[in-house]
Amino acid sequence: MFAFIIRRILQAVVVMLVISLMGFAIKNNIGDPVRDLVGERVTPAERAKMADDMGLNDPFLIQYLRFIGHAVKGDLGRSFLYNKPNLEVISQHAPATIELLMGTALIIVLISLPLGVQSALQPKSKLARFTMSFSTLGISMPVFLTAILLIYVFAVHLQILPSFGRGETVDLFGNGYWNTGFLTRDGLEHLILPCLSLSSIMLPLFIRLIRSEMMEVLETEYIKYAWAKGLSPARVWMVHAFKNTLLPVVTVFGVQMGITFAFTILTELVFQWQGMGFMFLEAVQRADISLLIAYLVVVASVFVLVNTVVDIVYGFINPTVRIVGTR
Amino acid sequence: MSHLLEVRDLEVKFALRSGDITAIDGIDFTLDQGERLGIVGESGAGKSVTGFSIINLISKPGFISRGSIYFEGNKISDYSDSQMRTIRGNRISMIFQDPMMTLNPVFTIGFQMIETLRAHKKISKSDARAIALEKLKKVQIPSPEERLDQYPHELSGGMRQRIIIAISLLVNPAIIIADEPTTALDVTIQAEIMDLLQQLCETEKMGLILITHDLGVVSQVTEKIAVMYAGKIIEFGPTDQVVHSPVHPYTTGLIGSIPGSTAPGEKLLQIPGMMPTLSNIPEGCAFNPRCDLCEPICTRKTPPLEKKQNGTMAACHIKD
Ligand SMILES: Nc1ncnc2c1ncn2[C@@H]1O[C@H](COP(=O)(O)OP(=O)(O)OP(=O)(O)O)[C@@H](O)[C@H]1O
Ligand SMILES: [Mg+2]
Repeated sequence: MFAFIIRRILQAVVVMLVISLMGFAIKNNIGDPVRDLVGERVTPAERAKMADDMGLNDPFLIQYLRFIGHAVKGDLGRSFLYNKPNLEVISQHAPATIELLMGTALIIVLISLPLGVQSALQPKSKLARFTMSFSTLGISMPVFLTAILLIYVFAVHLQILPSFGRGETVDLFGNGYWNTGFLTRDGLEHLILPCLSLSSIMLPLFIRLIRSEMMEVLETEYIKYAWAKGLSPARVWMVHAFKNTLLPVVTVFGVQMGITFAFTILTELVFQWQGMGFMFLEAVQRADISLLIAYLVVVASVFVLVNTVVDIVYGFINPTVRIVGTR
Repeated sequence: MSHLLEVRDLEVKFALRSGDITAIDGIDFTLDQGERLGIVGESGAGKSVTGFSIINLISKPGFISRGSIYFEGNKISDYSDSQMRTIRGNRISMIFQDPMMTLNPVFTIGFQMIETLRAHKKISKSDARAIALEKLKKVQIPSPEERLDQYPHELSGGMRQRIIIAISLLVNPAIIIADEPTTALDVTIQAEIMDLLQQLCETEKMGLILITHDLGVVSQVTEKIAVMYAGKIIEFGPTDQVVHSPVHPYTTGLIGSIPGSTAPGEKLLQIPGMMPTLSNIPEGCAFNPRCDLCEPICTRKTPPLEKKQNGTMAACHIKD
């Protein structure tokens, strides 16, 4: 197991190096740090001198290594748009997005597990049929449409849920970095619609995935044997079948949350949610290349980290992976 | 009720889209305490379905459409599912064909043994573990203590089958139904597992229903044989009789096809043709298209299973 973990971490480091190289290459080619710093009102001669001072004329490799060196120390450059270090800008916007994703993940887990399992166990029941047709509808509906529909029904028509911003938040650590919406009623209400629209992409997929995995597992010999041992239905379904169903679902969940993350940009725009996606769009509009690259590096690290953790968790629940890892 | 297990006029059907097919067509047999019965026949004859119908675990579109099954005097074919669970894995255990697929890959051996015990007995986990260990010793597994914490994939096929045998011994089985328990193992291991099973049945006074293609194995292990063909028992009797003086032409053919049954260098016999599929079983005796002795009556009337001269039961119009 230990060797397996080490190997996964090494792989993660290699992936990060490749991504940072790509990020740096982009920045190196299209970014203009001098303009980012002083704007347009400086003579070309002065610019050239500044570029020299900043090491912008050094060989590519030297610059890249310097970039990595800074990045490791947590310095990802400055944003001219916010006039703050990029990392600070990102970390101030991150909690909003993280909470959006957490709420979404929670909705997906809480709804897809019971519905997926139920429709696998009783595929002919009314509830299962309803779930299946509803999820077909969900899959074929684009996120922005779901979002607008939800806003129309719950915010405009019924007027029971807010559709704009994060509402009342609480400063979690007292240092202004993490304002959470999870602790106030207003904050929670503001989370509902964005999380629902964001989960609408993956929810039907997960219900179907869990259902089909579970149905497949239920047909296996070891489940038949579990019945032959005289185990109760609760035990056969919820212990023997459930754990084997979860294995593939956990990996897919990791990947799908990544894709869901991509959709946060759209969701944050629709709901004016002041998160990383919102920040990203602003950076794009104002051509804040430095911030964009920092965003790329941060997001990539998070992806790599999450995937590594998911793989390791998978290794813990699935004993056969462990053996392969230690060989 | 004198028999431990009594199957009477059992009929099993599968509800397929094209209509019901009859996989088991009215079979009767009995098993007494400590008795060992072999069920042989070609693939598709209905051996496995017979085994599973005893514990009412026929796979999905299948159902018992007629007949009854008595176990220790109780009509278990009328039992509800929760009543049936007190029999399964407790009084009647099953051993499946492929030990690689039978154990759940994500739980340890110990977990899968302990849960079986605790499904049938109110005992603590540590007591259950002690019993599990004792049974692992009984099936002569090397380093039994370690096995409890291992996962199935860490063990060889032969060892897994030993573990499954240990699981079937866990509570207090009166009958073990073994559905081709050695088919998936290599030859040397096959013999070891069969020996172990036979020996355990003798020492624990357990009944055994051994389902197999292999008449050779059956003749060494069992006391009675039922030969199945297209969902029917066509010959039933003491192993010695059936093997050495078979009545039914199909049984004769089966025995002729065992290596070693003919003189060295001579060609093995082979039954011509194939068993009919269940949806188009011929009129009369199902074996008639493949039978050398076929006469007009064989294509008209289904022969009943009746006592023949040598004391076995057989379903044949011609031989007696
Ligand atoms: N799940 C099922 N659905 C439909 N028909 C089935 C099913 N299981 C069994 N049958 C039918 O029952 C017949 C008997 O099957 P069974 O598995 O008992 O054969 P068997 O004698 O055990 O053969 P084998 O030696 O191949 O294991 C088959 O020919 C098949 O037509
Ligand atoms: Mg079979």
